[in-house]
Amino acid sequence: MNETNETTTDQTGQEKEPQAQRRLPRGQVTIFPNWCKGCGLCLEFCPVGVLEQGSDGRVIIAHPEKCTACRWCELHCPDFAIFVTDIEPSPEEEIA
Amino acid sequence: MTTKQPFNKVKTPRESRVHERYLRHSKKFPNVWCAGCGIGIVMGSIIRAIDDLQLDKNDIAMISGIGCTGRMPVYVDFNTMHTTHGRALAFATGLKMVRPEMKIIVVMGDGDALAIGGNHFIHAARRNIGLTTIVVNNTTYGMTGGQYSPTTPTDAIASTAPYGHIEQPFPIAELAAVSGAAFVARSTVYHVRELEKYIAQAIEKEGFTVVEAVSYCHTTLGRINRWGTAPDMMRRLKEQSVTRRQADGMSEEEKQGLIVRGVFVDRAVPEYTQLYDHIIERAEAEVA
Repeated sequence: MNETNETTTDQTGQEKEPQAQRRLPRGQVTIFPNWCKGCGLCLEFCPVGVLEQGSDGRVIIAHPEKCTACRWCELHCPDFAIFVTDIEPSPEEEIA
Repeated sequence: MTTKQPFNKVKTPRESRVHERYLRHSKKFPNVWCAGCGIGIVMGSIIRAIDDLQLDKNDIAMISGIGCTGRMPVYVDFNTMHTTHGRALAFATGLKMVRPEMKIIVVMGDGDALAIGGNHFIHAARRNIGLTTIVVNNTTYGMTGGQYSPTTPTDAIASTAPYGHIEQPFPIAELAAVSGAAFVARSTVYHVRELEKYIAQAIEKEGFTVVEAVSYCHTTLGRINRWGTAPDMMRRLKEQSVTRRQADGMSEEEKQGLIVRGVFVDRAVPEYTQLYDHIIERAEAEVA
């Protein structure tokens, strides 16, 4: 799954990609910075590398488009500081 | 192109924002635990398990003793009681006798459950009173500075064992199983979904149920032993744990130092408060 994601992002200029793209579930990550203590669990274990460490040690969403809504971060955050919401594919994607 | 796609439909699944329903999120947060501590993960598993079971908040009581884990009732929005060290099960037994219809969750650390409250633990299991006990096993006394606890692994260095710990650790799940508990399971804070499932089964089950949640303490024991940061210790849990099925095929030497996950006991035994009701009926019949 990781590999297919890599290849599709490499060839975003070409037009034949959406078919492979639309089958991947996607998520929207939300962070409550007031509750985050910067332990690094979410960014160490995120399988697709959505998150990065910010300048203050807290986590920031560096690549929101990569999220596949696996919810590892949400389930393992000890401080309830990160949440993932599912994104349903938009109509254009469904047609493609 | 793909990144700029409109997010036209955003659905909110059940587990998202579960904290708004079950935690005192507007008063007590952020929580007191160290960054990356597993106790918060166990708390998340408990509230998701309760959300799965669709229980009313007013029918649940959470009782704890002293220690890092003893702070948990501060954050959850149930009926809560924060009691003396090791006596959480004693207070919970009293509450269960008065309100047998309540779901009572007792959260304890390993030192709280097995050292200070060790007798309460084995006798509550023997008596088989309907309490759900969740023992967060971080293998040390974290709040007081990393002294060795009944579950500290042999050869680990603790602040009260600077040349290495020479004692055997207590196997919590096995101890509860031989003491007579109705349901005993063990999982780790890495395997959150599994932990959540076991907690839900334990809450539903009649009788004394024990879930051992193996956690870690990277601030005290982990730092002294150079076991690394919270993600490093989380990875240790992942690598060092096996399921019961995997463990069955292993020799004793291979199993040394591994965490065996799974359900250890699931049996039907009469629950104490129900037996007590029968005794009351019998006594009343004899008097009349």
